[in-house]
Amino acid sequence: MHIPDGYLGPITYVAMYIVMIPIWLYAGTWLRKNLKSKQVPYLALAAAFSFVIMMFNVPIPGGSTGHAVGSALVAIILGPWVAVVTTSVALLIQCLLFGDGGITAFGANCFNMAVVIPFVAFYGYTLISRKTEITSRRRVLAAGIGGWLGLTVAAGFAGFEMGTQPILEHTADGVPLYMPYGLGITVPAMLFSHAFFFGILEAIITALAFGYIARTDPTIIFNYKRAGEKKGGVRTTSPA
Amino acid sequence: MDRLLRNLLIVFVVLIVLVPIGLLASGTAYGEWSADELQGLVGFVPAGIASLSGLWHAPLRDYGLRALSDTFLGQSLGYYASAIIGAVLCGGVFILIGRALTRNAPKNEE
Repeated sequence: MHIPDGYLGPITYVAMYIVMIPIWLYAGTWLRKNLKSKQVPYLALAAAFSFVIMMFNVPIPGGSTGHAVGSALVAIILGPWVAVVTTSVALLIQCLLFGDGGITAFGANCFNMAVVIPFVAFYGYTLISRKTEITSRRRVLAAGIGGWLGLTVAAGFAGFEMGTQPILEHTADGVPLYMPYGLGITVPAMLFSHAFFFGILEAIITALAFGYIARTDPTIIFNYKRAGEKKGGVRTTSPA
Repeated sequence: MDRLLRNLLIVFVVLIVLVPIGLLASGTAYGEWSADELQGLVGFVPAGIASLSGLWHAPLRDYGLRALSDTFLGQSLGYYASAIIGAVLCGGVFILIGRALTRNAPKNEE
């Protein structure tokens, strides 16, 4: 899902940077306000994990390859805004040092993998898990479905961004200047490969890791404490 | 160190040890074809791809060193080096950010 340089024209890549700038700024502010020092090593590990999990390329029928992203797990454990920052940093290092994902397409790649995956996964997980116990099976399933949904929806976005290029950017004769395939090919291709293969991988990783973390130390999980306090009821009044 | 963090770190180290598995898949991801591959797929190289694809020369392109790219062993070494460099940079950035953000904020300590 790392769109390289040359596949998106300026209309799209500039627009995607414009979309990303306020998101990055807000995510930075969110982190400054909410980060606890106990979480710092987990953030470092989350970014490194995202980087490494994306190196596990998996072949699929048809000769293509792909990988999980890991940002669904980070969103569910540390919160979607943390996942925006950790995944963006991993993508930046991949782009600059390893040529994976274009510099012009960096805004689009961050939108797909560092915004769409985390938020779709997090809200999918939240909706499905409702108010169940942190260690419930339903939550493990919810984390897996969240991961699958996040990656699949993000792939649809990437397919859409690439597939609009023949319409948006072409020569006077209609020859595509950037991605040559249109929406009717790119969207189904991206959706299919992610829904049936890479999304399932993301789901398994997310569910397994979530299940393990929830049983070992749920206090690290985003929003966990708030849910606990609600349940406990009346010890909210402590005049500062 | 906290038990959870220690165990997650162990899993992470195992992932790094296993990382050459990612080299076994030889195909190109959808929409990430080189100019040559596109020539074969659609019969021409779109002008934007021809001009923008060389925009940036990444030092460790494709997670490896060109000098080591002939053998699987060489590719694996390059892939290991890439995984370690990437992981250390990603982790390092957040250790620094984390220290800067939490240093003067005792109210955040819980």
